[in-house]
Amino acid sequence: MNKPPITPLATFHNLTLGYERHPAVHHLQGDILTGDLLAIVGPNGGGKSTLLKGLMQEIRPLGGDIHWPQGQPQLAYLPQRARLDLDFPLRVVDFVSLGHWPRCGAFSAIKKADRKAVQVALQQVGMAGFDQRSLDSLSGGQLQRVLFARLLLEDAPLILLDEPFAAVDEATTADLLILIQQWHQQGRTIIAVLHDLHQVRSHFPKCLLLARDVLGMGATEQVLTAENLAKARKMQVLADPLAPICDFDEASES
Amino acid sequence: MLEMIYQALFAPFMDFGFMRRALVGCIALSLSATPVGVFLMLRRMSLTGDAIAHAILPGAALGYMVAGLSLGAMTLGGLIAGWVVALLSGGLARITVLKEDANLAVFYLLSLALGVLLVSTQSRNIDLLHLLFGSVLALDNEALVLLAGITTVTLLLLAVFLRPLVLECLDPDFLRRHSNIGTTTHLVFLALVVLNLVAGFQALGTLMAVGIMILPATAARFWARQLDQLLLVALGIALLGCWLGLLMSWHLDLPTGPAIILMLGSLHIFSLFVGRDGLLKRWLHSGKHLKS
Repeated sequence: MNKPPITPLATFHNLTLGYERHPAVHHLQGDILTGDLLAIVGPNGGGKSTLLKGLMQEIRPLGGDIHWPQGQPQLAYLPQRARLDLDFPLRVVDFVSLGHWPRCGAFSAIKKADRKAVQVALQQVGMAGFDQRSLDSLSGGQLQRVLFARLLLEDAPLILLDEPFAAVDEATTADLLILIQQWHQQGRTIIAVLHDLHQVRSHFPKCLLLARDVLGMGATEQVLTAENLAKARKMQVLADPLAPICDFDEASES
Repeated sequence: MLEMIYQALFAPFMDFGFMRRALVGCIALSLSATPVGVFLMLRRMSLTGDAIAHAILPGAALGYMVAGLSLGAMTLGGLIAGWVVALLSGGLARITVLKEDANLAVFYLLSLALGVLLVSTQSRNIDLLHLLFGSVLALDNEALVLLAGITTVTLLLLAVFLRPLVLECLDPDFLRRHSNIGTTTHLVFLALVVLNLVAGFQALGTLMAVGIMILPATAARFWARQLDQLLLVALGIALLGCWLGLLMSWHLDLPTGPAIILMLGSLHIFSLFVGRDGLLKRWLHSGKHLKS
């Protein structure tokens, strides 16, 4: 039902991302299409979160670039560990309302319809009735559901999730996966960093295997082969402080 | 009996104009400084208020030297000194290795030393105690209008910037992803802190002005668990403390600023023990738990 359009949503041209000249994502080439449901897997330090930061333009590429042929879309992002000050005395309903920020900004009023949308979002993540609870009273799984409710309200065409199910129990994971499937059916583009390969195989049609270098990108079953996974395990991803300058860029361009 | 209660709690305000003025001034100050204090506390900047309060002194002293005991000059001087220190601390924290608190410590100390120097060398007759401890019992019309004006500006700006103010503290990454209003918000907030400290030093003195900001907020934390409740309870505590402090100062013939702050402090200690999240409840319930 999501026929890929001719122009991709994002194109990576020989993209290298990293910190202080050490690459964390090395020479990434490929397209993200509108409506993709893409999992990024790979070892810790393999550059998965870095790639998300690159997509959000929080870091500038060391080489190559990310091109947005249809223009830069609005994106919503769920960080690996949200740096929330949970001591702040705030109700769940007020926190979820912040998902209206992309439309309301800092100053516009939250209207009646917006408040209704908050309740609907809470219902969708299975947190109906928790609206008056304070944030610090929630368990880890409940907090993750609340964060998903806020994502839901952001209503972005491109959604980036960084390890959304780390430290979350099975029931919560199942509920949130259903939500991701709904987003997918609505035609949104979703990119999620994940570690559970079984989960990826059963829910994510596309996959990017990243261990600094790209070991595979495309249909999940073709990427997550025993051979590729063995390669990923052997990959040395720690930055070598004495690493020489990589001249692959010049070679490929000339 | 009723007569005694009336004499103790209400008569001073009924019989004496300056006591009524003091009360009005305190109400204005409570309305304005308390919410600022609540946000200072929630942003873990409780001591920032104290440091900026010290920084105001040289400005006020300079104002006094230039124009005598003029409300306008001293207020303006205090505002400028407070602003300069707040901006230097916030600005340098963004471009050097030192963090905001370290910068603030440096500049408030310099500012305070300069202030004490100015006050002590320039004139012998300046009443240092007035600057340090305020004169809430001598608030004239001009001062009351200034206090009311500052209250109005503060409440308006807080209402406008409420959302980014909350978000900058609660989830700064989310704010940064969606907007670049964070820095503006921080600066507006610092400006409000300075403004309210300057308002407070007319009444309570430079050193006591922080008290009416922070103490109601900290006391209210033991009672309220939500932001809106916190703001209301803090306001109630501030008003109660001002009223009782004024009475204590009147009946026992004590300096007013410290009397008000001590009353607020007593309310804090009371809340610490008796409040909903206070120590007493913890001791009473220690070792017991509910079934579900």
